[in-house]
Parts: sequence; structure tokens; C-alpha cells
Amino acid sequence: MKFSIERGALLRALAQAQSVVEKRNTIPILANVLIEADGSQASFRATDLDIEVVDRAPAQVERAGATTVSATTLHEIVRKLPDGALVSLTDDGASGRLLIEAGRSNFSLATLPKEDFPLMASAEYDTNFTVPAPVLRRLFDKSKFAISTEETRYYLNGVYMHVAAGSAGPVLRCVATDGHRLARIDAPLPEGADGMVGVIVPRKTVAELRKLLDDDEQGIAVSVSETKVRFATPDVTLTSKVIDGTFPDYGRVIPQGNSRRMEVDAAEFARAVDRVATVSSERSRAVKLSLEEDRLLLSVNAPDSGAAEEELGVAYSDDPLEIGFNARYLLEIAAQVDRENAVFLFNSAVDPTLMREGDDESAIYVVMPMRV
Amino acid sequence: MPSLCRDCLATFDSGARCPHCRSPRIVAHPELFDLSVAHMDCDAFYASVEKRDNPELRDKPVIIGGGRRGVVSTACYIARIRGVRSAMPMFQALKLCPEAVVIRPRMQAYAEASRAIRAMMEELTPAVEPLSLDEAFLDLSGTTKLHGAPPAVMLARLVRRMQDELGLTGSIGLSHNKFLAKVASDLDKPRGFSVIGRAETMDFLRDKPVRMIWGVGAATQEALGRAGIRTFADLRRWDRRALQARFGSMGARLWQLARGEDERPVSPGAPARSISNEITLAEDISDPDILDGHIWRLSEKVSDRAKARDLAGRVVTLKLKHADHRLITRRRSLPDATRLADRIYRTARGLFEQAGARGPFRLIGVGIGDLVDASQADLSGDLLDPQAERRSAAEHATDRIRAKFGPDAIVKGRALR
Repeated sequence: MKFSIERGALLRALAQAQSVVEKRNTIPILANVLIEADGSQASFRATDLDIEVVDRAPAQVERAGATTVSATTLHEIVRKLPDGALVSLTDDGASGRLLIEAGRSNFSLATLPKEDFPLMASAEYDTNFTVPAPVLRRLFDKSKFAISTEETRYYLNGVYMHVAAGSAGPVLRCVATDGHRLARIDAPLPEGADGMVGVIVPRKTVAELRKLLDDDEQGIAVSVSETKVRFATPDVTLTSKVIDGTFPDYGRVIPQGNSRRMEVDAAEFARAVDRVATVSSERSRAVKLSLEEDRLLLSVNAPDSGAAEEELGVAYSDDPLEIGFNARYLLEIAAQVDRENAVFLFNSAVDPTLMREGDDESAIYVVMPMRV
Repeated sequence: MPSLCRDCLATFDSGARCPHCRSPRIVAHPELFDLSVAHMDCDAFYASVEKRDNPELRDKPVIIGGGRRGVVSTACYIARIRGVRSAMPMFQALKLCPEAVVIRPRMQAYAEASRAIRAMMEELTPAVEPLSLDEAFLDLSGTTKLHGAPPAVMLARLVRRMQDELGLTGSIGLSHNKFLAKVASDLDKPRGFSVIGRAETMDFLRDKPVRMIWGVGAATQEALGRAGIRTFADLRRWDRRALQARFGSMGARLWQLARGEDERPVSPGAPARSISNEITLAEDISDPDILDGHIWRLSEKVSDRAKARDLAGRVVTLKLKHADHRLITRRRSLPDATRLADRIYRTARGLFEQAGARGPFRLIGVGIGDLVDASQADLSGDLLDPQAERRSAAEHATDRIRAKFGPDAIVKGRALR
């Protein structure tokens, strides 16, 4: 194998490969990236056995072939090469080394046979559709903060992507929850997505997927089966197993009858919460919201460290209410608001509270209060 | 020789009886008024509280502990004469002493008595380090001018006050470090006052067994035994490096303790780091229903103690020992601290299932760690478990009923397994 490739293209392709490989693993080949050169492109494949990513980049291929080398080392080398350099990669097969040449720099890396590299079995996908990158970005960006890290509730360690009945017809919906907060984000149902089985996309896959979506306006091809999900752009294919479990019936968790409505400038609210939370101990950062007509008092009282208060003008016309929340949860949901106003719907100090942007039901958040 | 009367607190130079009140309860030691590190250990604490609160029990053997399958937590001195010991399985204790009155622990009452004793100790020195509800280290160094009396006198006054005002007795060990103070308090129980001076330290320890060292349990004792170490004299024959090489960090500590040296300060800032409870089963058990009952009862005990001490834990631990002594421990962090038996139990159950271990087991233990103040406990509900709130309310109601009518007034069905 011998090919030349522009340094920038190589770096982009390797960046994703090296983030997929598991840093601590006992199987040496899993630390490697499989490089294949053929025709007019080179492809870079990495896997942790749950996720597989393949990046393709244009290359001048002199001799087709394939080999594997350490993903992190190769990535580091390429990262340190000067911008705009032309990098040549040569594997002569006999020496068991991959030679990397760029200008006056020469490296040789130990290789492992390409035959040992585990390929993810290709699956039959039941559903295939295309979603614009910004839509997918919104679905996952707004839900991923609520993913649980609790291993015993493994079925919550991801985003549940499924088809649901929205208020105006079927939608593509992403839901994540950790039992303390929940995010439910809807997008118009793409053509060809109806009948899709619901899948729980693991946390790591969500993070890797995000890199595919970076400032891209193009369509993302999504393929779903009961055990796997695939996201593909012309250059990158990300395949992942899905979490084998049943996502809980989240519908009954979403409060329907919360009638006490508070409307607040989301950015101002987030800044105020952040300020008052500074005084409380890191462990249980409870912020108390005291609501009166058109007035919100945020307060934190931490007996051993201090106290803080801040008043905000809000739109509220119901009976006075006092309710506490974990400061971090409040900040995280307030950060999801893209427009100006966040609408909070309360019931009582012990019932779940609902938050959304204006009257837009395509993104709603539920957060459990905390006793204060 | 400097002497002190433990009844009238008079100090004098010599004599077998107090020259003032003629009491024989005197303590005499050349270094009596020079030593300032003490260990106070209440005598049969739980049983004493029960006898104090119910005078009918005064002359009866009393055992504090749970159930027929449980173990003895505390036995009063009458029961001890019959051979009943702490940690003994209840059925065995009742065989030795069938007429014993068995009482389930009332942690709330013990915690209250403990707080009162603690307050008395803190009047003597801020350097009070409680080890449990019924024992504590005190460092009275430099307090002689303040109190107008040396530590020994103040300690004798402390136990006299405990007896007069609280109806509870304790034993004092006085020495020059924590290790020896704790050893001393155990020398002359109940109502003891023992002194180990600097001059006699080496002689005193020479032929004592190493199991006397706090922290040397059965396993360490066995390891030491294999190295031919049974007494302090054996231990002293080893040099520091050899001990360290063989026993790790414990080795360095053993080398010091062998010479009666212990540099650990009495630190009041060392509050409890965990609350746990374990039970050695009378017979090895693999029946999951019976184990479930144990997990519940242990969770409830841990919860009771946490509630009594106004503490809550952010970590739940489960400990299982196989019949062949293989030990499994599992822990899980909670999103927020808890002191509810229900949450401790559910978490421990989850750990038990996750561990996937097959019995039979000989020991099972449940605990909470990473302790915080109770005001920070159980603050948020669980969206996915709406029943949790109701169970928690039920537990609080149960607690109030038990506080009023006794611990057995209301129990969960699974507690009877």
C-alpha cells in the first residue's frame, strides 16, 4: 500500500477514528485504525466493538492495500505536521512497519495484520431515511444532557429515538431521562421513517454522531434495525449497536395539568441561577424559587457557606409558590432555550415541573423539584 | 504515690483508702497527674440505658439484639456472667441464659444518652473523638490550669457525673496515647479507671497478645501467627523494614505499636465516615428470600442509626461473604444522599442482583458511606418511580409509630422472612 494525502484531510479522518478507539483496552488491535487505500480514496476505520466509524478522504493511491496502526499515535503525528503538508503513507508488507513521510519528517509505526481487525457485521436495516443535519443536531443536542450515567439503569444510558404521535401528526422523537429530568424533542417525521422501531442510541454514539453533524447542512442518511443504527454522510459512516433494553413509558411522567405559568427571559434566568448557586456547597445545590405576582426571587441558603438572593421580573399571575430545584438541572434546561422566553409550568412544590419555549411543544423538559 | 479518690475526687499521696471519705475506690499511679490522653467506654451501654429506663429490669439478665436468628448486640453484666457475649448468635445466648430479657435496640434512646455524655465530655476539652455512641477518646493536655485540676481528676468527675445525672456508668483508660488509652479502659470494667504510664509501657505490653491491637482482626492475627508473631515481644523482634515488607503499611504501624507508640492525634474533626451493619448467619444461606429479609433488616438498622445521628449517605455498600470466606463488596453512588431504609434496601437489592453471586453466604452486610448532614438527604424525587414519595411518607409514619409504641409495633412483611 502506498498513497499520498493532504494533511488536513488526513487529520479530520483520524480525529474521529482516534476518539472511537477505547483508550484503555486489553485487545491491541482495538487501539488501531484500519487504513485501506483503493481507487482514488483512502478510508480509515476504527471500532470499540460497539461503535464502528469509517472516514473516507481523497488520496493519490499509487499502490492499493490495507494495514492497521495505532490510531492515537498516527493522529498525534499528523496533528504535529505543518499545515498544508502532503503526507505519504507506505506499507511494504515485509517489514511490518508503516512509513509516514512529510517534507523532511519520517516516521515508521508498527503495524498489525489487517486480517485481525474486527469488522462489524453488516446488518439488514429495516428503515432508511434522510434527515437534514441541523434537524438531527437539534434532536440530540437538546436531549443528551438528560442521559443517565447510572449503570444499573442501563436502558437510560442513551437517547431513545422513535416515531411518536405529536400534536400535529407523527414525529421523529428523541427522549432522554435520568429520573431527575427529562427532555423530549420532536422533529417532523422524515419520509420513509414511519414504521421505524424505537432504538436507544448509546451515550458514546451520541457524542460521536455530534462530530458528524458539525456545521454541516447536508442530509444525513439514517438506517435503523432492531439491534443497530447507522448515520452516514458521503465521507463518514458511523455504525453503532443500540442499547438492548426497554425505555420506560415516559409519557406518564410528563405532567399534563400543570397550570401555574411563569414566563421568564431564559438567558437572564440562567445567569441569575448561576450567580446565586455560587454560594452553596457543590453537593446539593438547591435553588429556591419564590414566586409572587410578576416577581421571582431566587435564593440559596447554605448554612455552612453563605446565602444569596436575586430578584427577577417575570410574567406570573397565579398564587404565590415556593419550589426548589437542583441548580445544575435548572441551568442545563435553561441552556436549551434558543429563543428569548422560557415558559415554566408548575403544579406544586413536590410535583414535576415542565419547561418549554413559548408554546412550542416540539421541545419540552421536565424537572423534578428538590425539597428546600 | 499520687492517688485519687474516685468517689469524693480528693487527691492525696498514699493509702489503700481515701483519707477523706474512707472509700476504697482509689486509683494510684506514679504518673497519674501527668497523663492526659483518655478513652472513655460506657459499660454495657445499650443494656444500661434499658435498665435505667425500666427499673424492673435492674436485676434481670438483659440482652439487646434482634430476633431469634440475630446476634447479641450488647449483654448486661448479669448476662455476661452466664457467658453471653457481644456478637454471639441469639439462639446460643438464649441457651446459656434462657431467662434473659431480649430487647430490640432503641437507637433513638441510645443516641440521646450518647449526646448527653458527649456534651459532658466537651465541657472538659474540645478534643473529643467519638468512636461510636458509647466510647470516645479525649485529649486533656493543657487543661489543668483551666479546670484547676489535672486530667485524672476531671475524668473521675466525668464518670461520676454520668452516673449521677444520666444513671450510666463508664470506664476510663488514661495513658499517653490513644492506643494505650483504649487498651487501659478495657482492663478494669465496669466502672474502671486504669492507667498505663510511660515508664511501664514496654513491660506492660511485652506478653500481651497482638490481637489486643485495634484493627488486628482474625485475618491479620492469622497472618501474624504464620510469621510466628503472637505477642508484643514477638513483634518487637522484627525490624521495621521486615514488618513493612511483609505486612505493608500495617507493618509500619505494628512496629510503632509494638513499642507502645501511637502518634495519631485525638481529632474531633473525624466524624463517622460510614454506617454499616452486618450479620454473620447462624448457618450458611443461599435462599434468596431469606437473604432478602436480611438485606431489608440490615438496611433498616443502618437507616435507624443514620436517623438517630442525623446523618445520610451518598453511597450504599453491600458486603457478602461466601461460605468459603471469599468476600464480595459492591458500592453504588446515589444522585442524592439518603437515610431512608427503603432507598438503602432498594439500592442494596440492586447491588445484590448485579453482583450475580450465588450462595451460600455466611455473612451479609449493608452500609452507607460518604456521609452528609441529614438536611441534605432525600431532597429530590424520582420521575420514573412516582411511588417512591409514598413509600417515603409511609416510612416516616412508621418511624413515628415505632418511636411511640416501640420498635416492634409495626414491621414490614419482608422483615419477617
